[in-house]
Amino acid sequence: MTVTEEAPKIGFGSHRRVEDARFIRGRGNYVDDVQLPGMLHGAILRSPFAHAKIVSIDTSAAEAHPKVKAVITGKVLETLNLAWMPTMSYDTQAVLATDKVRFQGQEVAFVVAEDRYSARDALELIEVEYEPLPVVADAKRALDPDAPVIRDDKEGKTDNHIFDWEAGDKAKTDEAFANAEVVVAEDVLYPRSHPAPLETCGIVADMDKVTGKLTIWCNTQAPHAHRTVYALVAGLPEQKLRIIAPDIGGGFGNKVPVYPGYVCAIVGSIVTGKPVKWVEDRSENLVSTGFARDYHMHGEIAATRDGKILATRVNVLADHGAFNATAQPSKYPSGFFHIFTGSYDYPASYCKVTGVYTNKAPGGVAYACSFRITEAVYLIERMIDVLARKLNMDPAELRMKNLIRPEQFPYRTPTGWEYDSGDYPRALREAMRIAGYEDLRREQAEKRARGELMGIGISFFTEGVGAGPRKHMDILGLGMADGAELRIHPTGKAVLRISVQTQGQGHETTYAQIVSHELGIPVTDIEVVHGDTDQTPFGLGTYGSRSTPVSGAATAMVARKVRERARIVAAAMLEVSVDDLEWEAGRFYVRGDVEKGKTIQEIALAAHSSLELPEGVEGHLDATCVYNPPNLTYPFGAYIAVVDVDPGTGVVKVRRFIAVDDCGTRINPMIVEGQIHGGLADGVGMALMQVMAFDSEGNHLGASFMDYLLPTALECPSWELGATVTPSPHHPLGAKGVGESATVGSPAAIVNAVIDALAPYGVEHIDMPLTPANVWSAIQGRPLRTDLAL
Amino acid sequence: MEITVRVNGVSYTRDVEPRLLLVHFLRDELGLTGTHWGCDTSNCGVCTVQVDGKPVKSCTMLAVMADGRDVLTVEGLEQDGKLDPIQEGFSVCHGLQCGFCTPGMMLTAKALLRENPNPSEQEIREAISGNLCRCTGYENIVRSVRWAAEHQASTTEGVSA
Repeated sequence: MTVTEEAPKIGFGSHRRVEDARFIRGRGNYVDDVQLPGMLHGAILRSPFAHAKIVSIDTSAAEAHPKVKAVITGKVLETLNLAWMPTMSYDTQAVLATDKVRFQGQEVAFVVAEDRYSARDALELIEVEYEPLPVVADAKRALDPDAPVIRDDKEGKTDNHIFDWEAGDKAKTDEAFANAEVVVAEDVLYPRSHPAPLETCGIVADMDKVTGKLTIWCNTQAPHAHRTVYALVAGLPEQKLRIIAPDIGGGFGNKVPVYPGYVCAIVGSIVTGKPVKWVEDRSENLVSTGFARDYHMHGEIAATRDGKILATRVNVLADHGAFNATAQPSKYPSGFFHIFTGSYDYPASYCKVTGVYTNKAPGGVAYACSFRITEAVYLIERMIDVLARKLNMDPAELRMKNLIRPEQFPYRTPTGWEYDSGDYPRALREAMRIAGYEDLRREQAEKRARGELMGIGISFFTEGVGAGPRKHMDILGLGMADGAELRIHPTGKAVLRISVQTQGQGHETTYAQIVSHELGIPVTDIEVVHGDTDQTPFGLGTYGSRSTPVSGAATAMVARKVRERARIVAAAMLEVSVDDLEWEAGRFYVRGDVEKGKTIQEIALAAHSSLELPEGVEGHLDATCVYNPPNLTYPFGAYIAVVDVDPGTGVVKVRRFIAVDDCGTRINPMIVEGQIHGGLADGVGMALMQVMAFDSEGNHLGASFMDYLLPTALECPSWELGATVTPSPHHPLGAKGVGESATVGSPAAIVNAVIDALAPYGVEHIDMPLTPANVWSAIQGRPLRTDLAL
Repeated sequence: MEITVRVNGVSYTRDVEPRLLLVHFLRDELGLTGTHWGCDTSNCGVCTVQVDGKPVKSCTMLAVMADGRDVLTVEGLEQDGKLDPIQEGFSVCHGLQCGFCTPGMMLTAKALLRENPNPSEQEIREAISGNLCRCTGYENIVRSVRWAAEHQASTTEGVSA
């Protein structure tokens, strides 16, 4: 969507972004752009082995380097009680390894030097003697009785089991399966991937020893949560901690956790008394920071012969790596995976998830996954196509037959979610209309007759985003509510302070539009302050598509508080009762006398003046608010992919991609569409090329962009978007989150399209990524295992 | 060793280590932090600048190789308070989100437009295929470059937002 010059300057609409002015001039301020006087640079020595005992570490040569200021090892951190840190899943993670290393790329030592080149030079001078140990590279072997125990640091630990978790009604589900006319089953892997934002993770830590104030610049998606974590972990007084999240070069979940490098940089600053910058390189980013997915799923559907779904049953083996460091609400060790029942109406479902340790990097919840909904949607949408193939039914018809109907909302799912609103058949019909579905099927039949491989794939998703209601959702005990503060200056200009932090979503524009919509103040008169814990109210940050559902709601509510105060002031100005006033775009007027009124700007000035206000009414218009969402919001959408496959090479070309999204009210449609575009490209990457595989020694086979492939402009088609709007009843603006919808919904459409194209060869499933080699092998009847190179 | 590099029309003479990368020379020595760094392997393109008018990934060029040459970075695109059409196009068409790939993307696109003032969508996609973007799915970047092609000659108002 191109913005016209007539773009609205008040309220909602495709308003040009405030942020752009600095970014197009190269005037952004990313963490690596931060330069402080006397600043030192850190670098991390990492393990070359996936599993090995550390026999000795000799840092003497590195310490003798003329430009090195400090060398920190796990032994040093042990003296500070910082060798280990808690993860967001109540496990522990080594900051710097002391006893042994548990994945390739694990942090072993930290060097602080005068410049970044010297810090790297000094890493070469550190001598570490390792004693290699047997490796668990295959999650399916992690629970074997003879598997080496990875977490022998945990007292009494004799296996690699982390948790078992279940949802749904097992007995009811088993009964439905026992009596079903048709049952289909498939093993479906969502392979390990990485969000790979183009800016890697980094920090500048600056401890002022005189004031005791620790200032941290860090590209974190959750600055307030980080502040509290540092306070709890390191015993630092929270009022002396200031986290500044400057401009962030993409996050996608990669920048939620606290990483060992951050702790090392903080310790480095405390030890040296100087600011210390640490910015990881690309390989470090890929091998050590929050990966995503790695779910080995076995899905089953029970149905009638005419295609009515009766039940679903799922068993998951979840590879969590060497430390259980997934970041999701505490009660949900498998995130929101149990939303896998999808967009369909049926009575019974059950899932069991088993988490295991392997010799791989920690993480798992990242990459625009909406807390594992990506895995859930991929599974159910792949399985629906498996069922359609079995029943010889058109996959669109099978979906239409089972979609939850509009009159069933709010809809309670078999695993306990309450979907807020939707008109699913309308969205699917709209996608099919844009695609020209019947024509595509005709074209496909003609091509098949000529031996050409064309496929059409559908995916229908429902997401639950905007975590979340405090009584159900917390991270490390911190309830997932978010604050907002709104100041109205005497001249009617506004400053909004929010807890969430943008990584490209355009918060400075969207949130100004929300205030503008509620108060009638021009968007350009509203400044949005974010990303600085000293300047903004507490809140849990931006991930899981939660900003608009939670912080956007907080913004609307705080603006409404201001408006109600303004009503009192206007009544005093006009010498009428508050009940006699009507509100219209930016102005209170007396009912029945439209001419007699006061604008929000006039009211703001009066609120700061000597105007006499009713007893008990404070002056000014400033307000604060904390928003505790009553429910998640449930965006949904229907996606259709059209692919061509070269049978000679296995190359897949995504020819068309149609995406109809319903995210409720759209505050800035241009930004919403941009978010969807980005997620669709993620789907192309995930479906066709992105994977982090390992060899049997635990060597990472995707440690650079030479090996971990990301989609370019050439692999992405021109996206064809459509929209339906079903407002959420659980959000003051009717808005739903959208940031992750397309990443969640799109991979299944592409994979389904490729499997559809390969139907003449009898191919029923191929695991992602559908690389040319993988597709070609499947055509030969030998599909590859994509997570391992054995 | 001592080098003299002309950057955005200004000559800078510095004594640098032979191993210093051009991207670090621009960022750390000259303070021109609009050029970003993203991958070390020439794959992502966020460090793209123009050297003698050609797009170059500055993470794989040594600063000493730029001795005596003309470098254009994002900071040099705006002339006399007037945005380059490529900058204007990216803002008008929402061709950026986090902004990290944007400088390199614009310098690649500007080089394309110099050689091919009226590129097709496919030609644009091929030209920017060495520059990754993780936010936009490329759709609006392609539109931004088209917008710039259509507005090459005219001058436009600055984005004051």
